[in-house]
Amino acid sequence: MKLSRQQVEHVAWLARLGLSEAEIEKFAVELSNILENFEILNQVDTADVPPATHAVPLQSVFREDQSSPSYPQSDVLANAPKKEESCFKVKPVLE
Amino acid sequence: MNYETVIGLEVHAQLLTRSKMFCSCSTDYVNAPPNTHVCPICLGMPGTLPVINKKAVEYTIMTALALECTIPEYTKFDRKNYFYPDMMKNYQISQYDAPIGKGGCLAINSNGHQKKINITRVHLEEDVAKLLHRGEYSLVDVNRSGIPLMETVSEPEISSAEEARDYLIKLRTILRYLGVSTGNMEDGSFRCDANISIRPAGSKELLSKVEVKNMNSFKAVYQALKYESKRQRKVLEEGGTLVQETRGWMDEKEVTVSQRSKEYADDYRYFPEPDLPPLFFDRAWIEEIKARLPELPEARKERLMAQYGLPLYDASILTSSRAMADYFENCLKLTSPDKAKIISNWLLGDFSRLLNATDSDIENTRISPGLLVELLNLVDKGTISGPTAKAVFEKMFYTGKKASDIVAKGKLSQLSDATELNGIVKQVLANNAKAVADYKAGKQQALTFLTGQIMKATRGTANPAVVREILVHELGGG
Repeated sequence: MKLSRQQVEHVAWLARLGLSEAEIEKFAVELSNILENFEILNQVDTADVPPATHAVPLQSVFREDQSSPSYPQSDVLANAPKKEESCFKVKPVLE
Repeated sequence: MNYETVIGLEVHAQLLTRSKMFCSCSTDYVNAPPNTHVCPICLGMPGTLPVINKKAVEYTIMTALALECTIPEYTKFDRKNYFYPDMMKNYQISQYDAPIGKGGCLAINSNGHQKKINITRVHLEEDVAKLLHRGEYSLVDVNRSGIPLMETVSEPEISSAEEARDYLIKLRTILRYLGVSTGNMEDGSFRCDANISIRPAGSKELLSKVEVKNMNSFKAVYQALKYESKRQRKVLEEGGTLVQETRGWMDEKEVTVSQRSKEYADDYRYFPEPDLPPLFFDRAWIEEIKARLPELPEARKERLMAQYGLPLYDASILTSSRAMADYFENCLKLTSPDKAKIISNWLLGDFSRLLNATDSDIENTRISPGLLVELLNLVDKGTISGPTAKAVFEKMFYTGKKASDIVAKGKLSQLSDATELNGIVKQVLANNAKAVADYKAGKQQALTFLTGQIMKATRGTANPAVVREILVHELGGG
């Protein structure tokens, strides 16, 4: 399976990665190789195998609905590069 | 060309848990300062692990069961990936292909006809942070992020703004009966997005679908959908074409405005949430939840009609809130079933009027069912007249005092003593010679006037039947 230029650009956009022309060419080949390797797995007959969603054999792990104190506001905002009015300050979001 | 409207609704309801969906931060955030109900988990810090709130799952199962959904044995959570600063992790934990409830339905009653709207799914996810837009920049308050959010999706089977409104009211009533959500649209705990399109009448094919957002009240939903179905018809009639897009409802201008066109399908790259093990439901647990479900509004309405002979109108309003229906039935526990209609009249009449006037709920009223029944007993025994009862009721509403105390203190007992009333009637007639003359000249209204004067003279306590008898006798009629 060969990825098209548009597909690489789309994947890069979804990951918010800016790629140069050369990188688009390069990743089109590399990503295609990876997909080709995965296609080998398609040769296995999985008709009777239910899809796995988790690797760890755990299920139905719950917590009871009890609240406990949150973190102090100053700790919550401590790592924020920009803050204002006790909020995280971010670039304008256009609706 | 004749077109028909096709609407599907997505309703998000915050669940009434104490703690958030995946961490133990308190959900009581509404009046809290920004970023005070936050911990590393809901802040999306690397290395933290979410753990599922059992109560939230239980509430979702209750809702799904009430909507007649199938509860599969297996369900899981998935990551919905997107870039927007309302999610600190850059993904929202939601459910993709294995929702908690599937394939239910909700009966609505629009313009007098019953209709079943199929429910596609009921699933559980986490609410997102609140953004405050400041023009040059935006501010993020994470308090709301991680509140359990239940989404109910209907099939596109709703055919008018009226039906959409009825569907929403019915759904909200059920959530309130179950006690799983406040259902308040004003504070954002109950939110609705709509997909609306039109198609040539009778055709199966849908034209471009428009998603309408930003409807913050039942009225807004109704107006926006009304507007949108007209707008779409107009576009086609004027030879234009409809595009698939998201439009926002503008409350002040009463129009929808294009927000973004959906040229690209959303690409959320859902995948199973690796931090949360899947859920396998124990059938016994589901059965136990089912057994605990309260009687739902529709069933209760039918029962009130059958059990107490109430008209459909009364039963519908009484069961529109669980608290009102409980109040009604608590009254009936204290008196005989034949009082049902009288109690219903009080609840639908003066009681509702005063609750509305004071913007209060029946849950917080000072008049307990016992106090209301005592008042009705006073009327029954003839101790007070009907008009006096209304006045006493109003005093009770504001003070919470017993009817008998108010009657004793205000000397409001009904005056039925013929001798005493005779004197008062004579006095009133003497003072109103003109009205007496009018009546004798054939003016029936004069009698009403004179009765009013007697009531006034007795501060409403005169027994109307006795007064009438004396009046007619004195005036030489009858």
